[in-house]
Amino acid sequence: MTAPRTLFDKIWESHLVDRQDDGTCLIYIDRHLVHEVTSPQAFEGLALSGRTVYRPEQTLAVADHNVPTTDRSKGIADPESRTQVETLEANGRAFGVRVFSMDDVRQGVVHIVGPEQGFTLPGMTIVCGDSHTSTHGAFGSLAFGIGTSEVEHVLATQTLVQAPAKNMRVLVNGNLPQGTTAKDIVLKIISVLGTAGGTGYVIEYAGDAIRGLSMEGRMTVCNMSIEAGARAGLIAPDETTFAYVKGRPLAPKPADWEAAVAYWKTLHTDDGAHFDAEVVIDASEIVPQVTWGTSPEDVVAITGSVPDPKAEVDEGKAKAMQRSLDYMGLVAGQPMEEVKIDRVFIGSCTNGRIEDLRAAASVAKGRTIAASVKAMVVPGSGLVKQQAEAEGLHTVFLDAGFEWREPGCSMCLAMNADKLEPGERCASTSNRNFEGRQGRGGRTHLVSPEIAAASAITGYLTDVRKFLG
Amino acid sequence: MDKFETLTGVAAPLPMINVDTDMIIPKQFLKTIKRTGLGKSLFFEMRYDDAGKEIPDFILNRPAYRQAKVLIAGANFGCGSSREHAPWSILDFGIRCVIAPSFADIFYNNCFKNGILPIKLPQEVCDKLMKAAENGANATFTVDLAAQEIHAPDGEVVAFPVDSFRKHCLLNGLDDIGLTLVKKAKIDTYEQARKTAQPWV
Ligand code: SF4
Repeated sequence: MTAPRTLFDKIWESHLVDRQDDGTCLIYIDRHLVHEVTSPQAFEGLALSGRTVYRPEQTLAVADHNVPTTDRSKGIADPESRTQVETLEANGRAFGVRVFSMDDVRQGVVHIVGPEQGFTLPGMTIVCGDSHTSTHGAFGSLAFGIGTSEVEHVLATQTLVQAPAKNMRVLVNGNLPQGTTAKDIVLKIISVLGTAGGTGYVIEYAGDAIRGLSMEGRMTVCNMSIEAGARAGLIAPDETTFAYVKGRPLAPKPADWEAAVAYWKTLHTDDGAHFDAEVVIDASEIVPQVTWGTSPEDVVAITGSVPDPKAEVDEGKAKAMQRSLDYMGLVAGQPMEEVKIDRVFIGSCTNGRIEDLRAAASVAKGRTIAASVKAMVVPGSGLVKQQAEAEGLHTVFLDAGFEWREPGCSMCLAMNADKLEPGERCASTSNRNFEGRQGRGGRTHLVSPEIAAASAITGYLTDVRKFLG
Repeated sequence: MDKFETLTGVAAPLPMINVDTDMIIPKQFLKTIKRTGLGKSLFFEMRYDDAGKEIPDFILNRPAYRQAKVLIAGANFGCGSSREHAPWSILDFGIRCVIAPSFADIFYNNCFKNGILPIKLPQEVCDKLMKAAENGANATFTVDLAAQEIHAPDGEVVAFPVDSFRKHCLLNGLDDIGLTLVKKAKIDTYEQARKTAQPWV
């Protein structure tokens, strides 16, 4: 009998191509997602060394970071952004890699597109030159972000040189209270682990609260694994996963389906398998969360208040806290719900899927946003947008005063024209609240789509439970 | 990739924890399609004011540290995104060694791919080196990769750990891709087996 293994161990071992004496491994990469920002130098490297793409059919490229979210018929105004997007398309042609162009309905944020197309499947290794590749771990695939040199390595060899990660399990047990979402779960987890707590680990999320999440909720949780420092997040595949995958354009063909599902069912952590670390969280105690500072670990309950750096014993941390508060224009003790906002951003690979838009729309329906607030909804992909419009969600948003945009990363990182002005404060469904992330001097509060919508309406960070009937 | 053997120069102290990749190189500089030229934008928002003028107080703007070859920082350095623009900008500035109590995984990895040596040392050792680095131009550090030693300005020798394979690649300036392609037969064998067992992949 073999020793009990974790889900991570199983996926890792099934992808070993070679293992050097010093423990360094060469692992096979099943799927490679590519976007315009981290790939040009990799393709350039290939061209310079006369190499080709090893398995172009296992590679999928889409531009998302730089694309405009307004009318695209006139192309991209910013010359540098335009060059990057055009370079991606030219590289796709030159190297035989599929590219979803800006006018393709399948275009969107790379981490939304992969699952949507069935490109992401359980048990796979998936990489992308983007840290939020961890999103795909929701399918029970080992998915992680890599740098551009590694992008070039995967393009050239379909493999990566890696050392195995350590195993961590985060158990979220119990029932999630009303008004609390997958986003609140993951913000809570990050506040418990800290932004470096997951460093060196792959985190497997388990427990009934995780099992109870939809695929989209699971993606939200895995998406932010990197904010806890973890290389990847994992959730064992189950019926929810299989039902989501079935029928997607790149899902296994009907003839292979049964065999695929039978294999996927073996992808779970065995009883008694060893974890190097374990954290247990009680779901019933998680309330809607919000960040107050400039690190994703700076989390409090929406009903809480801004913490006091003076209460922090660690000097380095206290200094970082004070710096955050100065940047955020907040004072210790201020109740979060009294923080006035200027902007709302609903979108990103964390919360730009159809269920997120439905959740936000259910709060916005029949209401109007505060006169002082500018709010935008950016669907995660063209297909999400199409689906939302078929359900009439865009009318709900437009009637309430939100802007309804074209798909892309948008104000998640403000590489296109969508950005905060200095000093502007935003309730955002994205994943990073770093200084300047959404625009120089911009102030970001990370929240769920429900809180974002509720905050747009009141003009203040708002507990969505006030809006629930 | 340039070989890394020994490095001698001034070390810039940056006593901040959680220095993230957005701080190292903000997104407006990610639009380049080249690897070079990012050094002038390293730590952009801390280094320049709104008008684009240098902030004289920022460590890399001080005369003593303009030629720094080593950076000493707080824990969890390089957290955030996978952007290799972060190590590219550090390298382009002229820094080839970063010392910190801990690093974010992807950043740590990316350093080696670009000929930068990231050194993890216990907090108290970092604190000591940081203090020494504050002496500016009079404080020269030597990093000897082969011996795995830092020679601090006061003559103290600090040993540091580094993975042996990575050390080998760095010392010889080896390109990972070339090394991997030597194993092409193994990759193809793996693929064949996979195709039979899991035809849907
Ligand atoms: S939506 Fe944001 S986090 Fe996601 S890939 Fe785009 S920029 Fe990165």
